[in-house]
Amino acid sequence: MLGLENKDTKFLLVVVALTLCTPIILQPFPEGSSLAQFNAGYPDLMQRFAIFGIFAIGFNILFGLTGYLSFGHAAFLGVGSYSTVWMFKLLSYNVLPGLVLAVITSGIFALFIGYISLRRSGIYFSILTLAFAQMSFNLAYSVLTPITNGETGLQVYTDDPQYLMGEGALTTTHVFGLAMNKSLIVPIGGWEFNFNVGYYFCAIIAILAFYVSLRIFRSPFGLMLRAVKSNQQRMNYTGLNSRPYTLAAFVISGMYAGLAGGLLASMDPLAGAERMQWTASGEVVIMTILGGAGTLMGPVLGAGFIKYFENIFSKINDNVLHGWFSFLPDGIEDFFINVVNPFFGEGWHLTLGLLFMCVVIFLPGGLMEGGQRILNLLKRKSKDTADDDPAHHPKQSPHVAE
Amino acid sequence: MDALLLQILNGLDKGSAYALIALGLTLIFGTLGVVNFAHGALFMIGAFCAVTLQKILSLSSTTLDPTKTDFLGNPAKIETPYVESWFGPEIGAALIDWSVPLGILFAIPIMISIGFIMERGLIKHFYKRPHADQILVTFGLAIVLQEVIKHFYGANPIPTPAPDAFRGSFDFGSMLGFDPNVIIYPYWRLVYFFFSVLIIGGVFAFLQFTTFGMVVRAGMADRETVGLLGINIDKRFTIMFGIAAAVAGLAGVMYTPINSPNYHMGMDFLVLSFVVVVVGGMGSLPGAVLAGFMLGILESFASMNQIKAIFPGIDQIIIYLVAILILLTRPRGLMGRKGVMED
Repeated sequence: MLGLENKDTKFLLVVVALTLCTPIILQPFPEGSSLAQFNAGYPDLMQRFAIFGIFAIGFNILFGLTGYLSFGHAAFLGVGSYSTVWMFKLLSYNVLPGLVLAVITSGIFALFIGYISLRRSGIYFSILTLAFAQMSFNLAYSVLTPITNGETGLQVYTDDPQYLMGEGALTTTHVFGLAMNKSLIVPIGGWEFNFNVGYYFCAIIAILAFYVSLRIFRSPFGLMLRAVKSNQQRMNYTGLNSRPYTLAAFVISGMYAGLAGGLLASMDPLAGAERMQWTASGEVVIMTILGGAGTLMGPVLGAGFIKYFENIFSKINDNVLHGWFSFLPDGIEDFFINVVNPFFGEGWHLTLGLLFMCVVIFLPGGLMEGGQRILNLLKRKSKDTADDDPAHHPKQSPHVAE
Repeated sequence: MDALLLQILNGLDKGSAYALIALGLTLIFGTLGVVNFAHGALFMIGAFCAVTLQKILSLSSTTLDPTKTDFLGNPAKIETPYVESWFGPEIGAALIDWSVPLGILFAIPIMISIGFIMERGLIKHFYKRPHADQILVTFGLAIVLQEVIKHFYGANPIPTPAPDAFRGSFDFGSMLGFDPNVIIYPYWRLVYFFFSVLIIGGVFAFLQFTTFGMVVRAGMADRETVGLLGINIDKRFTIMFGIAAAVAGLAGVMYTPINSPNYHMGMDFLVLSFVVVVVGGMGSLPGAVLAGFMLGILESFASMNQIKAIFPGIDQIIIYLVAILILLTRPRGLMGRKGVMED
């Protein structure tokens, strides 16, 4: 189906089903119960899952397939946001023209930056992309204020032209009259499910983005990119110029980032320069690595994981912790809370940093590799252990990179 | 002419900071071949060593003075720092006043031990992994260090003044025969410049004129051969990592009076110092120093009003622009060695 093999079709269908049921899956605890704070089924967070999922999928097309580590992808996110907000200002609150423009501008931007940066590889490529992103960030703050509105951030004002805005048209972002912030709230028993238009809009685009990335992974083009990652020198010796391929990957992943930026602005019509800062680029790197670079599902998982814990962890404050440890005697309770406290609430970034380090050190394949290993362990336990004698296997080559 | 001189002077202190951080980065890269994204965090920890020392020195005992009352009628509290009650008021006050320079002595052992722990505990395991992994793990470490500092010291910048003797500025112009009040330069920035020259000179002399330095240089050129000669080069490289951490830390200690330290100052400097290292040439110590001063001075030239009138916003991007130009036209940087990270 859709030009996919049987296995991939099933995989895609599972992803589609999961994405469409997210508002139900993420709401496992009844309202008012003490665990309700772990529910993530509210529109704002679900939209972020989908949007940053797109961002990470796009980043993975570059980093996961070609191995080029870009530290400047947030620039495209910012460009996408700015173009979408400009479309709101000039035309109307319909998000489609904005998204189209976001993809086009970020694609052109990526073509320019990629053309220059891809002349170098390795750490130099990282630094070049970093330099370009910081340049765009600094410019957005200073000289380009007429376009970006500087520190205030770009937003829509009532005296903006909005040429396509008819009488009585919606004054919030919408697709052909369907407002993004509209929600259908379905209470079932103690549960409350929130089906949000904005989320489903993002989710459908995310599924499309995922499908495109699946096709790229399975295509000869994707194979070529993998070849670049494994041994670029050999590619060059066989007389193949790999740069058009890497440039195409860079532009595609830049367009994904622009699309994500456009969606961010579509959910909340505001664009600020801080979206382009290099820490934002670092975040998408962390998401991709944490989930598993080079795998299809990994980046999405990583993005979801980080956004979930960012929202949930940072809500856990002293009182909540006291509630958890209240079964302990007072002295021990205070001790535990003092130990645990730095990692929760404000200290969420500390937890993230430690987790990220652990993943890089012990699990270079990210969460996906972790899941794979656990699966293998379970399988091996169920099988007879005798046939797994290491002496009968060919000796594994030592794991030396480069 | 006086405007040019002023900009050169202005560029010197920023350039000194860039040069010191880039020197440390290059020491680590040149010896261990590791790209250390946590180097900015080391700079930041150095700055917080100065903050800590200042806090320790101004720990006070509180006594109530019944003869005076505050506006609520309660007896006034008088805080006497312990150092003043131990060493007498004059020496005590001087100690507090000079806490930033004293921070140097305080920071050296701390930074060297942090460097040792970092190298033995973490970096050691990443020699054989690709550069991308090294970047990622040190990036993670930088986040962790930064958040730890934020947990203990809060998110706001902490003002750490220079000693009284160096506060204020002097009229540099009138010494050279220009009109008075044209070229005014704060004393502390001059101190910072001379300090960094001293440190840079010290590192170079150490590498050039001691047996230890000779072995290290040999190891930088060909690690394997030095190892075959029966020299434990790993141990020496670990020590060099400690020294590089100390250099970054000292740069941070002395920078506190110029800019009140906060927990993300390291990240802000890190990006720029990487650019500096690349412009100077990966693995080239003189290149790092030269590029540091050059970019610092270029940056301050670009912020002149006359230049900004021609190219608006150039002061924000000049460093990155120079870096891009250099990377594209001269792949190994200004003074990079042939064959080192050239692709």
